[in-house]
Amino acid sequence: MPYIPHTSDDLRAMLERIGVRSLDELFDEIPAGLGVDQLPGIPPALSEMEVTRLAGERAAADGQPLNFIGAGAYEHHVPAPVWALVSRGEFYSAYTPYQAEASQGTLQVMYEFQSMIAALTGLDAANASLYDGASALAEACLMAVRAHRRSRAARILVPRTVHPTWRRVARAITEGQGLVLEELPCDPQTGTTPAAALAAQAGTDVTAVVIQQPNFFGQLEDVDALARQARALGALVIAAVNPVALAVLKPPGEWGDDGADIACGEGQPLGIPLSGGGPYLGFMATRIEHVRQMPGRIAGRTVDRDGRPGFTLTLQAREQHIRRGKATSNICTNQGLLMTAATIHLALLGPTGLQRVAEACMARSQELVAALAAQTGVRLLFSGPRFHEAALAFEAPVAPVLEVLAAQGIVGGFDLAGDYPELGQALLVCATETRTSADIARYARALGSLLERTRAA
Amino acid sequence: MLAPEPVIFELSRPGRTTPAQQPPAAAAALPEQFRRRQPAALPEVSELQVVRHYTRLSQLNYSIDTRFYPLGSCTMKYNPKVCNALALLPGFLARHPLAPAATGQGLLACLFELQELLAAVTGMAGVSLTPMAGAQGEFAGVAMIRAYHRARGDHARNEILVPDAAHGTNPATATMCGMKVRELASRPDGDLDLDALDAALSPATAGIMLTNPSTLGVFERNIVEVARRVHAAGGLLYYDGANLNAILGRVRPGDMGFDVIHVNLHKTFSTPHGGGGPGAGAVGVGERLLPFLPVPIVGRDGGCYRWLDERDLPQSIGRLSAFMGNTGILLRAWVYLRILGAAGLRRVAEYSTLNANYLLARLTEAGFEPACSGRRASHEFIVTLRRQARELGVTAMDFAKRLLDYGYHAPTTYFPLLVPECLLIEPTETETREELDGFVEALAAIQREAATDPELVRGAPHSLPVRRLDDVRAARQLDLAWRPAAR
Repeated sequence: MPYIPHTSDDLRAMLERIGVRSLDELFDEIPAGLGVDQLPGIPPALSEMEVTRLAGERAAADGQPLNFIGAGAYEHHVPAPVWALVSRGEFYSAYTPYQAEASQGTLQVMYEFQSMIAALTGLDAANASLYDGASALAEACLMAVRAHRRSRAARILVPRTVHPTWRRVARAITEGQGLVLEELPCDPQTGTTPAAALAAQAGTDVTAVVIQQPNFFGQLEDVDALARQARALGALVIAAVNPVALAVLKPPGEWGDDGADIACGEGQPLGIPLSGGGPYLGFMATRIEHVRQMPGRIAGRTVDRDGRPGFTLTLQAREQHIRRGKATSNICTNQGLLMTAATIHLALLGPTGLQRVAEACMARSQELVAALAAQTGVRLLFSGPRFHEAALAFEAPVAPVLEVLAAQGIVGGFDLAGDYPELGQALLVCATETRTSADIARYARALGSLLERTRAA
Repeated sequence: MLAPEPVIFELSRPGRTTPAQQPPAAAAALPEQFRRRQPAALPEVSELQVVRHYTRLSQLNYSIDTRFYPLGSCTMKYNPKVCNALALLPGFLARHPLAPAATGQGLLACLFELQELLAAVTGMAGVSLTPMAGAQGEFAGVAMIRAYHRARGDHARNEILVPDAAHGTNPATATMCGMKVRELASRPDGDLDLDALDAALSPATAGIMLTNPSTLGVFERNIVEVARRVHAAGGLLYYDGANLNAILGRVRPGDMGFDVIHVNLHKTFSTPHGGGGPGAGAVGVGERLLPFLPVPIVGRDGGCYRWLDERDLPQSIGRLSAFMGNTGILLRAWVYLRILGAAGLRRVAEYSTLNANYLLARLTEAGFEPACSGRRASHEFIVTLRRQARELGVTAMDFAKRLLDYGYHAPTTYFPLLVPECLLIEPTETETREELDGFVEALAAIQREAATDPELVRGAPHSLPVRRLDDVRAARQLDLAWRPAAR
């Protein structure tokens, strides 16, 4: 019996102690006629060896194509110690640290993670994770509505340059509470949000403005100008940021004159593999005056009865298990193990290591853009500084190009046609520190000959 | 006893490096206005320091791999190593979520099968795997109920009924979905009060959220009648899958009359809890909620798998994650389900129920009072220590903390809220009889200590890295992030 240790002697002795004759008798409170004897649709058990073979074949069939997509999930080198440590059973198989004395390991990791996120974002306090970047943005919008004392509109301005799926998720999660998410336009030359779009909102009740840096196209927004304009509207500022980029970019705590109010983002670039879309890691930080409106677990340092320092979950009066229907969020289980991975990853890289990753990403991305834009029929779509992604305009339709590239083992980028039809035939590409000059040359060669064949046809 | 570990920042020395760091790269410089002026205050430590620090921290945790962890409503069963190993195969790990479906047929096949397996186990018509935890599954479920009523033009239905014994996420979820919460009383025997239900049902009823077996650890015997009355009033039934482990392969929520269910894969299907996640809260629905499922879902066209999105389900409640939920966790659940098969799933319910009833019988013999006496335990049960608290001045919290000294993780304390001084105990099917016997002996020993030396119990734990922590100070003198000491 897989994972069940009972011998037939155990079974007999235990049933006897309970005072029943059979296992079936333990279910005698279930109304007759409701139960099932079998589970149609469930295949017979496989042995560990058989399932290993099946999973191995499927994983091998998926292969490991050369990847040039970012669009919210980024391939970075993950140092070997990260998952060796995260996979330790003491981290992997522990529960949420409700019993603080028996969970000091997890609680201290949470405190260290919060410290690192606060340092990266330049804000006072962080929580110990949300589900992912998209749902973290949704939670940030809900938090802004709670934190803004005067605004009555529950109205959030969200630039079109914010990740399109994050915008959809924010809408799906905040809709029930009546939030209004309004779109800010994108400048077609720079692929960024013009501050004038915010100035045009003067006199209206704006609860918060979202600013993503770098934005979905990889372009750098003028965060200072946008934050100042948002402040002039009386709105809170929500920063959506890439934690690797923060090694080189101005932290949200320094945007504009007095900094953003809330920062959130996707922590996947910090030691978490792409893994087909998850599990990833949402993070959130804020100024101390808003900390009681922040959702999610928070660890704090305190002392025990003997005055020794120790860690515990704190500000739990915000949470569902205490406040029930009046909680800041329904979030309970979050992304503890990924939070652990990100903490170890950041400890290994340190300030210099993270900065070098960010700089290498920019260098590789610049090399990639130069190589691809050198092909006939491809040009860079937007001007202005970027981080590690770029939108390219194509003369040929993008989808068939991507299909042919995929067949050659190259995942060539993210087709922008679905989310941004106004850009025409456009492709979002990314290179991180993991792409070599040889990788980039291989992509450029494949694309060049493919486009040449298309033109000839 | 392990010594406390310094905070990683205290190990930092300027200029210390690890091999994880890249050599410098020459990129075109960023314009000044965008640039960070001061490097982020991250620690500078060696690789060995990192390995030693986090290994030591891990050793300060109690975990399933090291201890019996009978935490009620959390299903802390063994997380098989093979599930983790196969989810980390390079072909799965390297896959970008937006790569073309043609390059991910292996992964999509596993996810498609998982959808089918969960539908079969729960008796539902369709499944979406995207919710990233139980609470997000609940959100999806209530949002679907809301969308269903709205699609029928039934805009008056804005109330969700929730039993008083429910998990806190239930009312919090209803609020997040813009619903009003109405609490329902339970009877002393643990079943729902049908008169209270009738009084609460109205044209404003959108639905009811139930856990069955309930958080009181007993099967809701009136479930068929509850379903009939809620449906007759125009409401839908939501099944919180927190306790699905108790009934796997024996009863299906779909057969009980539920319209929507979330499944905690990190409970019933043995994916890890990870010190607080990641979870996975797949949702299953009956026919009438199918159009509203959150996307993406894996579909099959001929022999090929592809993502179904908003174009395929235009009435979907939308997306809840940037990509595809906690995919790697879904893979672990798929491995577990394939290894168990139909017979293995049924055994999960049988042996988790056996272990719970055995523990209950032994603890009752040892003088502990069951909260629902005369009822059969499901996979978990509650004892109340109100007598010990009254007579000896030793509380459920004191018992819980003293158990840590005996090497056991504590059961869930003070939940559900309506049972005074309670311990909610869930042994799971993966524990041996010897382990359960040891736990009974520990609780019996603590009971003796409570009579002879109550201070010993009230002062527990004594053998852990820290004693009871000052929660009031933690909340008043907030210390949420490390700062260099002022010089």
